[in-house]
Amino acid sequence: MATHAAFMPGTEAKSHGVLWSWLTTVDHKRIGILYGTSAFIFFLVGGVEALIMRLQLARPDNTLVGPQAFNELFTMHGTTMVFLAIMPLSASFFNYMIPLMIGARDVAFPRLNALSYWIFLAGALFLNASWLFGVAPDAGWFGYANLTSRQFSPTASIDFWVLGLQILGISSLMAGFNFVVTIINLRAPGMTLMRMPLFVWMSFVTQFLLVLAFPAITVGLILLMFDRFFGTLFYAPAGGGDPLLWQHLFWIFGHPEVYILILPAMGIVSEVLPTFARKPLFGAPVVIYSGIMIGFFGFGVWSHHMFSVGLGPVADSAFSIATMLIAVPTGVKIFNWIGTLWGGTVRFKTPLFFALGFIAMFTMGGLSGIMHASPPVDLQQTDTYFVVAHFHYVLFGGSIFGLFAGIYYWWPKITGRLLDERLGKWHFWLMMLGFNTTFFPQHYLGLIGMPRRIYTYAPDLGWYFWNLVSTIGAFVIAVSILVFIVNVVRTQRSAPTAGDDPWDARTLEWSIPSPPPVYNFARVPTVRDRDPFWLQKHGDGHGGKPTGRPAPVSAAEIKAIHMPPPSYWPILLGAAFLFMMSGALISIYQVVLGGLLTLYCMFRFALEYHRPASGGGH
Amino acid sequence: MTTRVPSRPRVTTVLLLLTVLALASACSWVGWDWDTPMSTVMPKSDFGKMTHEIFMLISWWTLGIFILVEGALLYCCWRFRDRPGAPIPKQIHGNTPLEVSWTIAFAVILLIFVIPTIRVIFKTQEAPAATALRVDVVGHQWWWEFRYPGLRITTANELHLPVGQTVAFYLNAPDVIHSFWIPQLGGKRDVVPHRVNQLVMTPDTPGEYPGQCAEYCGMSHANMRFRAIVHPKGEFEQWVKAQQAPPVEPTDALAQQGKALFAQSACVGCHVISGVSAGVLGPNLNHFGSRKMFAAGLLATTAENLTKWIENPAHMKPGALMPNLGIKGEQSKALAAYLLSLK
Repeated sequence: MATHAAFMPGTEAKSHGVLWSWLTTVDHKRIGILYGTSAFIFFLVGGVEALIMRLQLARPDNTLVGPQAFNELFTMHGTTMVFLAIMPLSASFFNYMIPLMIGARDVAFPRLNALSYWIFLAGALFLNASWLFGVAPDAGWFGYANLTSRQFSPTASIDFWVLGLQILGISSLMAGFNFVVTIINLRAPGMTLMRMPLFVWMSFVTQFLLVLAFPAITVGLILLMFDRFFGTLFYAPAGGGDPLLWQHLFWIFGHPEVYILILPAMGIVSEVLPTFARKPLFGAPVVIYSGIMIGFFGFGVWSHHMFSVGLGPVADSAFSIATMLIAVPTGVKIFNWIGTLWGGTVRFKTPLFFALGFIAMFTMGGLSGIMHASPPVDLQQTDTYFVVAHFHYVLFGGSIFGLFAGIYYWWPKITGRLLDERLGKWHFWLMMLGFNTTFFPQHYLGLIGMPRRIYTYAPDLGWYFWNLVSTIGAFVIAVSILVFIVNVVRTQRSAPTAGDDPWDARTLEWSIPSPPPVYNFARVPTVRDRDPFWLQKHGDGHGGKPTGRPAPVSAAEIKAIHMPPPSYWPILLGAAFLFMMSGALISIYQVVLGGLLTLYCMFRFALEYHRPASGGGH
Repeated sequence: MTTRVPSRPRVTTVLLLLTVLALASACSWVGWDWDTPMSTVMPKSDFGKMTHEIFMLISWWTLGIFILVEGALLYCCWRFRDRPGAPIPKQIHGNTPLEVSWTIAFAVILLIFVIPTIRVIFKTQEAPAATALRVDVVGHQWWWEFRYPGLRITTANELHLPVGQTVAFYLNAPDVIHSFWIPQLGGKRDVVPHRVNQLVMTPDTPGEYPGQCAEYCGMSHANMRFRAIVHPKGEFEQWVKAQQAPPVEPTDALAQQGKALFAQSACVGCHVISGVSAGVLGPNLNHFGSRKMFAAGLLATTAENLTKWIENPAHMKPGALMPNLGIKGEQSKALAAYLLSLK
């Protein structure tokens, strides 16, 4: 029988200690917490990088850091925030929430899920190890060829970047497949696709973007790796290669990546608004379809990052129209969110503040995005601070505000404790103030000609004052994050009194204890509505009576629940893989040895539960 | 069950809102000066003006949408705020006609942007007329070379153009990707190795306009600056005549000493001074003394700056590819004097 050994929840900690239980965990909730904690730490690292840049730009001709350090800082800030902060923070919610929201006991492949996390951590540490060797990547998070060639970047800096991103890409791909399968296969009985919660829907679209977009950058990175390590000439113009090939491959990944960063936050907002307006999401099917449309069109707009490249008027027009088109489903979403608030009874709790902040700020980012969807306008704005302002309104004003909405919303579910409302609101208002003080003036700076990625500027261009203001704003953001940390630390000291359902919420995760037991649902629920828990408590609002809470489950039934046991193969495989990849910078022998170790761990991982078929002769 | 506490605006909230308002009014008090040297909203060419019209069109519409959306959001927050004892609101799931109509409304508004956009894309990318002045722009790490093939002039970091004359820039790079940008004259165009990009425009106002590389190109990307000087009618011809003349012979002793030094040092490997040297890796120095700025528009052309530059280029412009030749003291002063004499 090829079956998982029966595993009694809660026994592992006793036998091997707490640390061991975390290192070998395959529980989606614990992996979610690991993702979230790591991502938050890297969010702080990326934030410190940003603060140093802001200090350098606070006045003209400043000499706080030199050009080399500055170039490393903006490269690592971008790479960190995209790959090591926002993506894993979203992944933390995928991990923790998706199984709870679809009424499942875990993801489809729990050990693969653990492997995704360990490989992510390996990639993140590998990338940041470059700081220790004094060769942090310095070619921008977009790493345009042919600046990344050995000729123009002779140190190991780009090697760290190329290999680090490949490691991270593998993690994203595994997680993407895992969640596609989980969402398709593990939904509770009765949860049809159209009854799936909006966060799960937006995550579902995101997983498809992950598995379809990452191969493009993987190809790009492999070609770059070949150019750098084996002397091929894919991007070398002098050898017949084409540096623009990199730009196409990168942005075919890079634009969907923007939606990978924003769709989960949109999903969170679509959960938070109905809960706090006490109304279902307005036009949920349209919000779902528009999410799918955004994901689909997201693959057809990449060249709008390349309007200044000189692709010719036909390509410029086509990509301009496609880009404008993608504004339609995005705008529809914003109006549907406002429609959700309309006629509700809106309760102003911290998660709602952040969700409202998302709508207000993302709208601005979307509107400035329409401006550079027009190629002639873009030629003035691309590579200036106007674009920096634009995408921070989308990724900070959008993604980060949305993710904080999720943190405040689901914190009581994850920890059993409500975050403090007073500190939460201080956090919100300080972040709102700091964010706008930092990034709104950057629109203006861009329009008066300040290019991106410059470590210094002349005093006579009128850029000084608003750069100073922007720097002050960045520190206000930093203070708001400190308020959040204080809130978390203080809350953790209090008693877990949040209860199962502190917000009177609508979806399944609130119907189970906080924090949830290892097995999540004592009995897998049957779903009849998009808001199944609301239906149990309040009825459907059209005369249908509340269906009531399901009958309690006996201890014997709980004892019979079958959960996957912990495994140390995911972390070992991750370590072996990291050993192999770092060999690329040290010695070919280490690559070979690491490769063999990886292969060994892979087989052990794959065959961990393999038993010869009984009665089969051998 | 939750206890539903009525949400009153709290003191802290009001205070913070007041801070935001105070900040916003402070901002409008300080003002946003749009007439700055690298402003993109003060177009001084046909190309820049066409772009600017679309920018303004989209700006006004998006401002309207912005006020509508943010207004609706604030209105909802105020009008539908929870009040003590409020019943559970009506569970509305949507309104299809409404949703269809706002979807169509977005599409129509976008059409208003798309039509002029496409017209301008094609208009600005037409092939230049045969009468256009051709300027070959070469982006180097980290300086700009400008060649006028029809006029047999090569210069660096200072672009001279006649007002009212269509210019066709042919952009190319020997190393990595750069981007050629003079904000007041219009949008940018990337300078890609082994590919010739074009940018066509007609400057309409004489003046001096700073430009800068806009595509990250390595260490001193921030220092890859230049200036475009648009001359009134007649003045440009004078400049052309002066540039076409052979380099002047130095007259004072120090400069003559500098010339001799130049001719026998490694300088000749990279720089052209007609009749003296023929290197092509660095800027052409035939009329170096006539340029107001050097080192990619970073430094004013003075004896002091130039002496320091010769003694240690990378100190003045980090990463500069001109090597430190170990020329010091009197020698660098002499070289500087010679180069400055090349008016």
